[in-house]
Amino acid sequence: MIMTDKELKLKSVILRRNLLKYIYKAKAGHTGGSLSCIDILNVLYNSVLNVDPKDFGNPNRDRYIQSKGHCVEALFATLADRGFFPESDLETLCAYRSHYIGHPTKKVHGVEQNTGALGHGLPICVGEAIAAKLDNKSHRIFTLLGDGELPEGSNWEAFLAASHYKLDNLYAILDNNKQQITGANNEVMNTDSIREKLESFGWAVKEVDGHNVAELQDVLDNGPFETGKPNFIIAHTVKGKGVSYMEGVLKWHHGVPSEEQYAMAQQELREAEALI
Amino acid sequence: MELDKIEDNRLKLGKANQIVFAETLERLAANDKAIVVVTSDSRGSGKLVPFGEKYPQQIVEVGIAEQNLVGVSAGLASAGKKTFAVSPACFLSARALEQIKNDVAYSNNPVVLVGISAGVSYGALGTTHHSLHDFAALRAINNITIIAPADNFETEQVVLNAVNFGSPLYIRLGKKNMPSLNEENKNFEIGKGRIVKEGNDLTIIATGETVYPAWLAAQKLEDQDGLRAKVVSMHTIKPLDIRLLDELGEEGKPILTVEEHMVHGGLGEACASYLLQNGFNNPFSLIGIPDEYTVTGSQLEIFNHYGISGEGIYAKCKKMLLPTQ
Ligand SMILES: Cc1ncc(C[n+]2csc(CCOP(=O)(O)OP(=O)(O)O)c2C)c(N)n1
Ligand SMILES: [Mg+2]
Repeated sequence: MIMTDKELKLKSVILRRNLLKYIYKAKAGHTGGSLSCIDILNVLYNSVLNVDPKDFGNPNRDRYIQSKGHCVEALFATLADRGFFPESDLETLCAYRSHYIGHPTKKVHGVEQNTGALGHGLPICVGEAIAAKLDNKSHRIFTLLGDGELPEGSNWEAFLAASHYKLDNLYAILDNNKQQITGANNEVMNTDSIREKLESFGWAVKEVDGHNVAELQDVLDNGPFETGKPNFIIAHTVKGKGVSYMEGVLKWHHGVPSEEQYAMAQQELREAEALI
Repeated sequence: MELDKIEDNRLKLGKANQIVFAETLERLAANDKAIVVVTSDSRGSGKLVPFGEKYPQQIVEVGIAEQNLVGVSAGLASAGKKTFAVSPACFLSARALEQIKNDVAYSNNPVVLVGISAGVSYGALGTTHHSLHDFAALRAINNITIIAPADNFETEQVVLNAVNFGSPLYIRLGKKNMPSLNEENKNFEIGKGRIVKEGNDLTIIATGETVYPAWLAAQKLEDQDGLRAKVVSMHTIKPLDIRLLDELGEEGKPILTVEEHMVHGGLGEACASYLLQNGFNNPFSLIGIPDEYTVTGSQLEIFNHYGISGEGIYAKCKKMLLPTQ
């Protein structure tokens, strides 16, 4: 099920509106980072991943493991839209006894792994990718990393292992929004020259505009970039993308909009939708 | 039970213990340049943003890298810095456990490990963010003192003691506003349980943020049933106050323990083990989070679900005192 460029663009706006709705209702969520990665998730689930809500147990499905688990609202919005579960389920987000909590869990149909502690997604993906190679399977394994997440040592252990095992079926996407909780990545812990670092670790690296759905689709669906090398995609993004007063503003990492702010955000997104 | 509101107007609502921690440390750092705080993108949740602005030379940021946080802290402490490593309790006590075991405890580098938003403080963020294992994990390591203060007074005292403690220390803090319990009792000593309510029909031994609901239960027993429960804030989980346990054992009255921790390996099992091995056979019961997929919800909802509430503890006490009812 491949969508046209225009359909994908429209879908991105709808997913933005939806995830804001869930966060607003639950009065909790990771707003900025969900808005920065939603175009990536949209493209993955609507035109790259071979996954089927009705056949999710299929061992040949592509895998998507979200390492930056705190941006679960983006994942839930995308999965609901793809029919993994009714959207109305998300009315219980973060409520007592709901399985829709503030991080991905396998209790929710469509979620591959329980994440939320940073630095766990990539090693699991390395294991999935090794298994696929051992079994001569051709499915692909994707993960999404936060840029603030990179200093976790486990990522670097996995960077080595992925290249050691020549995992060209593995795709690590970096949501490079340049911010984390305390401030700018390069003030908190510098991870500059990430391209050179990864290349020196034996990965094939491409850079994309993480909000350009056509570019994302082209890069994500046409790997491997080089036979025998794991794939690293630096997606240049903006935290809070799509809601002007949130863009690049630190407090929206896990800020929840007030009634007035929520209305403004929805209005801005409706206007964006009309222009597509 | 509402942790943010006061259930009983005999109590005064204070601040979150982790705010008191940050404020106290900030005060001390003004005159003690050897104090260094180490954070892992955690200064916001640790309420240390003002500290960082005031004393930029006394804060070291390592980014999201908890293992490095503890290793770096061990080095700083070894070089004579009075080092406070501050990170969410869940990551600090699980991710960096080997660094705690080897670089802090075994090598005896006197780091003060401060686990913030501990227990189920993070509520609906789920199991990745809960620390229901930290007492158990750290109790199994030699040469580390474990403390979970109940209220603002105890928190301030712990921080004052921690600065020059001189050996590895773990302080577990929550983020809910806490009432002060027994303002008359100004006795605080690491390793000594603090009585926050007197009584002689049974004893509730609680720790950290569960001392407050234990107090509420004891008050209800008194108001409604004329029964008197002693409430102990067992802020120090290790070393355990065995003198106090000897006294309680001698009294022979029922003992109930309460903790925001899995039932395995925490305060309750520590008390039970001591009592049994020393020949005491008081009726004994333990309240904690059971060994199951933790129910989802806010901290308060999780507490209520598992009976870590004034009502839940009250009901358990009644059962222990009047088993046939
Ligand atoms: C191991 C671990 N340490 C700390 C946290 C707390 N935490 C959640 S999100 C976050 C910042 C993440 O920044 P980044 O990876 O850049 O995410 P994004 O900007 O995409 O939201 C932190 C420190 C965590 N979830 N896991
Ligand atoms: Mg970021």
